[in-house]
Amino acid sequence: MQPDSSTALDDKGLDLTELDLKIVSLISIGKHPTSGRARRAEQDGRAVELGMVLAEATGDKQNLTVIHAGDSQLEAQQAALRSYAGMGLGAVRVLQMRDSADAINPLSEYLYKHAPDIILTGVHAESGESSGMVPYLLGEALGWPVVPRIANIVSIKNGVAEILQALPRGQRRALAVRLPFIASVDNAAPAPRQSAFGPASRALMDQKVSQSDVDGVRNAWSELPARKRPKRLKVVKAKTGAARLKAATAKPQGAGGKVMKEQSAAEQAQAIFDLLLEEGVLR
Amino acid sequence: MSDTHYSDVLRRDPRAERIARNRLHPLHTTASSGGQVAEIRGPSGLLRKNPHTLGFIGPNGIKRIDRLKGNAIATNSRRGTTNTQVTLLPLHQVAEAAFTLVVVPDMVGGRLTAHDKDVLGQAHQLARAIEADIGAKGAVMLVAFGVCKEENFDKAGVDRLLLLDSVEYQGYCPEQQMAALLQVEARFAPQYWLFPDSVHGGSDLGSRLAARLGIRPAVHVWQVNTDTTICRGAGGSTDITRATPRLLMLSQECANPIDESRHEVLPVVLKSTPIISLLLEDKGQVSVDPNAIPLAEAEFILSAGNGIKNWDQFHTAAQALGATEGASRVVVDDGYMPRFRQVGASGTWVTARVYLAVGISGAIQHMQGIGQCEKVITINTDAGCDMVKRADLSLIGDSEAVLQELLKLVKVFRQQSHQGQNNVKISEKTGVKKDTNEEAENAA
Ligand SMILES: Cc1cc2nc3c(=O)[nH]c(=O)nc-3n(C[C@H](O)[C@H](O)[C@H](O)COP(=O)(O)OP(=O)(O)OC[C@H]3O[C@@H](n4cnc5c(N)ncnc54)[C@H](O)[C@@H]3O)c2cc1C
Repeated sequence: MQPDSSTALDDKGLDLTELDLKIVSLISIGKHPTSGRARRAEQDGRAVELGMVLAEATGDKQNLTVIHAGDSQLEAQQAALRSYAGMGLGAVRVLQMRDSADAINPLSEYLYKHAPDIILTGVHAESGESSGMVPYLLGEALGWPVVPRIANIVSIKNGVAEILQALPRGQRRALAVRLPFIASVDNAAPAPRQSAFGPASRALMDQKVSQSDVDGVRNAWSELPARKRPKRLKVVKAKTGAARLKAATAKPQGAGGKVMKEQSAAEQAQAIFDLLLEEGVLR
Repeated sequence: MSDTHYSDVLRRDPRAERIARNRLHPLHTTASSGGQVAEIRGPSGLLRKNPHTLGFIGPNGIKRIDRLKGNAIATNSRRGTTNTQVTLLPLHQVAEAAFTLVVVPDMVGGRLTAHDKDVLGQAHQLARAIEADIGAKGAVMLVAFGVCKEENFDKAGVDRLLLLDSVEYQGYCPEQQMAALLQVEARFAPQYWLFPDSVHGGSDLGSRLAARLGIRPAVHVWQVNTDTTICRGAGGSTDITRATPRLLMLSQECANPIDESRHEVLPVVLKSTPIISLLLEDKGQVSVDPNAIPLAEAEFILSAGNGIKNWDQFHTAAQALGATEGASRVVVDDGYMPRFRQVGASGTWVTARVYLAVGISGAIQHMQGIGQCEKVITINTDAGCDMVKRADLSLIGDSEAVLQELLKLVKVFRQQSHQGQNNVKISEKTGVKKDTNEEAENAA
């Protein structure tokens, strides 16, 4: 059995020195779930971490470009963006635009022009609509495949990357995808390294003003703090009081499963085995 | 005593008798006559009495006629009947669908999940609202991909079923699925597309389709009607109220599942299977150390109870099966297993799809912990224990012997699948080009 697959990359020591790999990590400004303060977003931090590991494997840290499309004028926004740079980046590229503007057009224009090999994003943003559509819209605009929720990139050979995708219940799936591609990085990916304040404040904020239309659709929406959702009540639909009482007091009983009493141990084991196979838990 | 004897016992209905006695009671006429009228005025104007409906059967089976002019009328007493009626739910039929709503479920393990059923319930709510608007009936269509083991599509609210279970749709194949969905879009032009907003693939597929169709979807939706939608934004911390788009990704418990009607489940077929070249290739699931997965999340748990004597064999079995280990409280208290492996009220509430309980009696504290498990299998020497009542498959016998046999079977299975992997080379599916859109349109 394989050890924890999220560390597989470190074990093998990914070597991409022959490849001229250009990686882009897209970052957004996160929002702390309790205090609501701007921060380094969890998943975007992981995207930067994965990008840095890949860039270090190619031997040149400059192969990773970190891009933020949006507003960066406020001090809190600056600080959040710099905390990505504090992970050891020389610069953060900012496609400066108003907060209400749509980020897809300037991003896809930029990415089309610079043609990276791998684009890494988070799954959902921590603020705004948080719809998780950015990788898909970029994939559609650029015509590249989208790999959702990856946990790691295992190898890149002959223009094909082997990727571990995170599945629910701690499972992993291996995928092969041809470069270039876009991937969103799941929480199962290695945690981002610590951000250091010094390098963060020395990092270059490479700002570029870009034009984008105001997101008109969104202006028509109203946004409020989340209301608590009503809990679903278990309503017993019974015609008579006796039936309701029975439903409320009866012990939960299975529909009466199959019982094998007389059969030999071998037959019983076969029955278990068949059920496990049918359910697909035996792989 | 036999059952038939019981059904012969006369049963009195004191309430009905009371109503029959009380002429002012609103139900008096129906109750006293027992459906038939005892006295009617004949055509010639004479009062006619029907002696068969007169009176009632007394407690000892003798017919009694009440001469007190209704002051002590009782009903024809009801005989105890033991026929258990299975009420058939009314069938919801849509002969000619004026519009279609498409639901694309997760179908984890080939069955509709609770989430899928909620989404189907929501689809029907939307359909009813549109029907009220336009005055014509619409159908809810389910597009199911891959293996399908579900038997109760009718009770979940599926009017039309498009089942795509050929080889191309097995495993992870979002591009292939997209091509099929585009065909559905071209042919049915659904009023709404509904996806479960889940990590099981619903939100992935929904996002892909939204990007392709150029729709701005509503995600994390928890309240919808035909005009407005409320969805969670900013990582669940805000509620966004917006106009309802054509493509929705719905949260869990967005609506109640269908439970009071049956549906037709009419099969729908696509004209042709779109063949596309794939950029993503599924290489299958990777084996992950099952004991590294948190118990609460594990999909397959092999759980040990007081009936386990051979612990080495148990651990070997867990490893061979690739199952996460669990335990009952007794074996944890006895020190055979660590505390974090305990399943139950004072341990972990597990959500496994398959729970294999070996030598566990099924105390209520343990049963609480496995309430959410789908399939429970048990090996126990005692056929009368509570675990057997709960289990879908129970094997009565010594756990050591059964595990021994099971280990043998798994060993053979592993060897075969190893050989299989060496023989078959899986490289057909790799493709380079991406013109899915065009090809799908040509095919449609
Ligand atoms: C406050 C409180 C909280 C508790 N919380 C928990 C909890 O969270 N989780 C929990 O599990 N328990 C909990 N318990 C304990 C619970 O009540 C039971 O005592 C316990 O679950 C029983 O464990 P068991 O089924 O393994 O053992 P037993 O009840 O001893 O059952 C052993 C079973 O193994 C069978 N068996 C014996 N030999 C063999 C053999 N060779 N092959 C096959 N079968 C065999 C027997 O027929 C029997 O059915 C709690 C109790 C209390 C009071």
